[in-house]
Amino acid sequence: MTAPRPLRRLSPLAVGVTLVLLLGALLVGLLVGAVGLSPGAVLSEVADRLPFVSVDSGLSEQEAAIVWDLRLPRVVLAALVGATLAAAGAAYQGVFRNPLADPYLLGVAAGAGLGATIGIVTLGSASAVVPAAAFGGALVAVALTYALGGAAGGRSGTTLVLAGVAVAAFFTAAQTFVQQRHADTVREVYSWILGRLSTVGWSEVALLAPYAGVSLLVLLLHRRLLDVMAVGEEEAETLGVSVSRVRLVVVAAATLGTAAAVAVSGLVGFVGIVVPHAVRLMVGSSYRVILPLSVLGGAAFLVLADLGARTLAAPSEVPLGVITAFVGAPFFAVVLRSARRGWGP
Amino acid sequence: MNRARTPPIVALVLILSVLAAACGGEGDAGTTTAAPSAGFPVEVAGTVIPAAPKRIVSASASHTEILYALGAGEWIVATDEFSNSPPAAEATPKLDAFNLGVESVAAFAPDLVVLSYDPGDLRDGLAALGIPTLLFAPPLTLEDAYGQMRALGAAVGLEPEAAALVAGIEEEVARLIAAVPARDTAFTYYYELDPTLYSLTSSTFVGGLFGLLGMESIADAADAAGTGYPQLSAEFVLAADPDFVFLADTICCGQSAATVAERPGWASLEAVAEGRVVPLDDDLASRWGPRLVDLLAAVAGAIAAPGGG
Repeated sequence: MTAPRPLRRLSPLAVGVTLVLLLGALLVGLLVGAVGLSPGAVLSEVADRLPFVSVDSGLSEQEAAIVWDLRLPRVVLAALVGATLAAAGAAYQGVFRNPLADPYLLGVAAGAGLGATIGIVTLGSASAVVPAAAFGGALVAVALTYALGGAAGGRSGTTLVLAGVAVAAFFTAAQTFVQQRHADTVREVYSWILGRLSTVGWSEVALLAPYAGVSLLVLLLHRRLLDVMAVGEEEAETLGVSVSRVRLVVVAAATLGTAAAVAVSGLVGFVGIVVPHAVRLMVGSSYRVILPLSVLGGAAFLVLADLGARTLAAPSEVPLGVITAFVGAPFFAVVLRSARRGWGP
Repeated sequence: MNRARTPPIVALVLILSVLAAACGGEGDAGTTTAAPSAGFPVEVAGTVIPAAPKRIVSASASHTEILYALGAGEWIVATDEFSNSPPAAEATPKLDAFNLGVESVAAFAPDLVVLSYDPGDLRDGLAALGIPTLLFAPPLTLEDAYGQMRALGAAVGLEPEAAALVAGIEEEVARLIAAVPARDTAFTYYYELDPTLYSLTSSTFVGGLFGLLGMESIADAADAAGTGYPQLSAEFVLAADPDFVFLADTICCGQSAATVAERPGWASLEAVAEGRVVPLDDDLASRWGPRLVDLLAAVAGAIAAPGGG
C-alpha cells in the first residue's frame, strides 16, 4: 500500500477542526438568508427561546418566524441529512470495498423516487404522506435488491451491487412512466428529485431525527469491523468476522438513515461520496477515523451547500442537489485521479 | 438562411415534408369539391385556411373554451386532456398535449388545428400534410388575448361572434375595475402556482389582470432572471408579508387556507391571520379564454370582502 500511513486513532486536532467547521457553518447558515436580518437580532431571537432567557430581539412577528420556523429547522435538518448521507456513504464504501459506492447504490434513490412520485401524483406534493411514501419505496427497493442478490446465490458484495443496478433501473423506469402519465405534476416531482429543504420545518426534523440517530449509532459502532472487512471478504472470515452478517447490519442501518433523509430532503447527490473521500484523502483510510469525521464533515458540508442554495439566486432558490453536484463533480474528478493511491485491487 | 449550413437531417425532413405535401395535394384534388364558403379562403396569422373549418382539433384548453363561446363547439372533433370546459369539451376524444404527434392529430382528419404549444415540428408537419394549423403563444396582455379571440373567430368564419365576445368581456372587465374602491397604496399579493413557491410577477398575463385591479405582486422584486415566473423562498414571502395570498394550486396540489396556515412560520403572515388567503380555480388561473372574467371577479370579490378592506 502506497497510501500515507493510515491514521488509526482520531486525532483531537482533526475532530476539533471539523467541529469548528460545523459550528461555523451552522452559525453562518442561521445568520444569512434571502432576507437580510441583523446578526445580533437573530441571535437574541434564538436566545429568547431558551428556557429562563428573555431578550427582546426587536424583530417583527414575521422576521421572528423566519428565524425560528424557517432558518433554524432548516439548518438543523441540513446538518442531520448531511451527517446521515456522509456516514451511509462511508459505510457503503467500506462494506462493498468500492470507492464509488454511495448511499443510493442499492436502489434507495430509485425506490424513494417511485414512492414519492406516486405520493405526489395521487395526493399532491404538500401531503404529509409523500415522505412516508418515499421512505417506504426506498426500503422496498433495497429489500428487493437483497432478495435478488440472495436468490442469485450472491454471497459477495458484487452480486448485491449488480442486483441494485437492476432494481434501480426497474424502479426508475416505473417512476418515469408514472410521472409521464401525470404531466401536470412534473414540476413538483422534478423539484423533489433535485433535492430541497425549502419548505421544511420542525416536523421534518422530528421525522428524521430518530432514524438518523439509530443509523449513525449503529454505523459508528461498526467502524472497527469495517476496517477488518477492508482487507478482503475471505480474510475477514478467517479473522472470525461474519461478513454477510456485518454487511446486512451495516446496509440496513445505512439504508434506514438514507431513506429517512431522502424522504424529507429529496435526492441530494454526491454528499455520500464527496465527504468520506475528502476525509480519506486528508486523514487516512481507517474507518475508525473516516466514519466519525464524515458525520461532522457531512453535516458541515450540507449546511454550507444549503446556504448556497438559499443565497446564490436569492430570493429564489437553487435546488440543493445542483449545488452538491456542482461542487461534487469536480471533486469527484480529483478523487478518481488519486484513487490508485488509496484503493488497491 | 445559409443553405450550406443546413444540417443533413433538416434537409431530409424538408424533402420528406415536400413529398408528403405533394402527395396530400394530389389526394385532395380528386376529393374536395365542396362549395367555397363565404369569406374563405382566409389568412389568419400567416396561415391560409381554404374553407370554413368543420373538423377542428384544439390542443389548447383556452382556445377550446373560446371556440365553444363562439358557437364553434360542434365542429370540434378532438381536444387535449386539459380541455375540460365547457362540460361538452370533456366528452370529445382526447390528445396528449405534451406528446402531440403529427400522426395522432392527422388521424382525426382535421381541417383546422389550434395549438398553444408546439412540442417540435408539429405545426410544420401538419402544414406539410396540408392541414392549416394556428399556433397561439400564451398572451402577455389582455389586448393579446382579445386579438387571439378575434383571430380564431376569423379562422372559423365567426368574426361577428368573436367581436361580440370580446365586447362582452371588455364590458365586464371595465365594470369590475370600476367597482374596485380607490386606494392610496396598492394592495400587495403573493400568487402561488405550486407548493414549491413558484409565483408570477405583475408583468405576466395574470399579473396584468391583478394590476388592472390595482394590485402589485411581491414577486416583482424577485425576478432577476426576468422570466415572469420566479420561484420564491419562504423567507422572502414572510418578509414581504403580502396583503393577500392567492392560491392557484388548489386542485393540482390540494392547497387551501388551512394548509397554508400550517406551513412553518406562515401563521405569522397578516394575510393568514386576517383570512385573506384566497383559493382560486387552477384552471381559471392558467387560461385566457372567456372565463378570464371569472378569475377577475374572484379577485375583485376577495378585495371587496370584509377582510379585504
